[in-house]
Amino acid sequence: MSEFKALTEAVVKGDIKTAIAETQNALDAGSNAQSILDKGLIATMDEVGERFSKRLIFVPQMLRSAKTMQECTKLLQPFFQEGDVTSKGKVLIGTVKGDLHDIGKNLVSMMMEGAGFTITDLGVDVSPEKFVQKAQEVEPDIVAMSALLSTTMPAMPQTIEALQKAGLRDKIRVMIGGAPVTEKYAQQITADSYASDAGSAVSKAKKLLGVS
Amino acid sequence: MIIVGEKINTSRKTIEEAIKKRDAAFITKVARDQAEAGAHYIDVNAGTFLDQEVDCLCWLVETVQDEVDMPLCLDSPNPRALSEAMKRHKGEPMINSISLEEDRLQSLLPVITSQPCCVVALCMAKTAMPTTMEERVQVGSELIKKLTGEGFPLEKIYVDPLVQPISVGTSMGIATLGAINKIMNDFPGVNTICGLSNISFGLPERRLINRNFLALCISYGLSAVILDPTDQQLMATLLAVEMLLGRDEYCGNFIDAYQNGRIAGG
Repeated sequence: MSEFKALTEAVVKGDIKTAIAETQNALDAGSNAQSILDKGLIATMDEVGERFSKRLIFVPQMLRSAKTMQECTKLLQPFFQEGDVTSKGKVLIGTVKGDLHDIGKNLVSMMMEGAGFTITDLGVDVSPEKFVQKAQEVEPDIVAMSALLSTTMPAMPQTIEALQKAGLRDKIRVMIGGAPVTEKYAQQITADSYASDAGSAVSKAKKLLGVS
Repeated sequence: MIIVGEKINTSRKTIEEAIKKRDAAFITKVARDQAEAGAHYIDVNAGTFLDQEVDCLCWLVETVQDEVDMPLCLDSPNPRALSEAMKRHKGEPMINSISLEEDRLQSLLPVITSQPCCVVALCMAKTAMPTTMEERVQVGSELIKKLTGEGFPLEKIYVDPLVQPISVGTSMGIATLGAINKIMNDFPGVNTICGLSNISFGLPERRLINRNFLALCISYGLSAVILDPTDQQLMATLLAVEMLLGRDEYCGNFIDAYQNGRIAGG
């Protein structure tokens, strides 16, 4: 990581201007796009996520770092070679049917993207049918569901059942989260994992897919 | 300022446990403490119980009102829980809440027009949460017009302009504050209400942020608030702000609270 020290610092601070400049410098110096992504950006976001979990930094810093990384990744996009492994896994995420809350879900999306996952975000009020339809299209490794109302939580087991009926359940890991959701509830509805915030969502996702 | 005491909420572990065990003594003490600390309504919420929510909410209504002579704020996203709880409520309850979300609006309108009550009108639209002040005012105005159109009295409507965390956007505070101000001006006689804790999500020193937000809300015209009245520091802020805004003749309430030891140090 000391290879991209200036870039790392800029991402941690959320200094978009410097981060973009440093990304360009690295490319100009002949560094490989994949290497910049892995060591300069993803590794930095891992660090950011850990600091957040330890309450050394807070939501605004996390958001700022994630946005900075997004800008740098845009710059790297044209330089990836075919066959480069740029994704840790595909995640399909959404807030369940009847529920319009998205702040937590958006944080999780950002942090997962920062960690190197490919995210398809379906937004809010996502029916079980829509989750299934998109899962057939995208073939995600993980389906992640968020709910902030106790009345909308039942859509979670409904979605799991819909995935089962569509013959997709075996190929997909299901993760759930949201203020009223608990570890106990996750076990009850046979979800594969539960995460209480954006930081732990990333580590749980990595664990589910056996990646680091 | 109308105060709704927020403590009887199953998101608090001790409350959830007490309801599970049907510990009436515990629950009534929490209610009584809030009443004595100045609450005008006691909020009751059994949201984490899911399937048992209706039974638990009804038990809460009966248990609290057996011992404490005060109207309750019936708090649930489940219309059936609200209507069942209303049937058991003595006097005029506050219903928390109605919104423009299709299900909630259709199932709750007949319920709130069937017997005297106040209603919290949450500025949630059908397809997305408002993100700006303008969207909040638009949804709030629409809700007010719908309710008054059904004959619901304006002064019994408590518009909740939705509080979102300042940690996810620098305009989140102003969005709520501006909405409060505009709605109070556009609909003279209406009430506004909100809870405080959402504003500080994702930041440290949440109590500091919450009580300063309370001060700002009051100065922008908020007429009712959902909070913990047993939090002396929070109530001291409320009293100081009301006094500073010229609503405390001879500073009587503030001095009275001070002399009774209810103003915590600074």
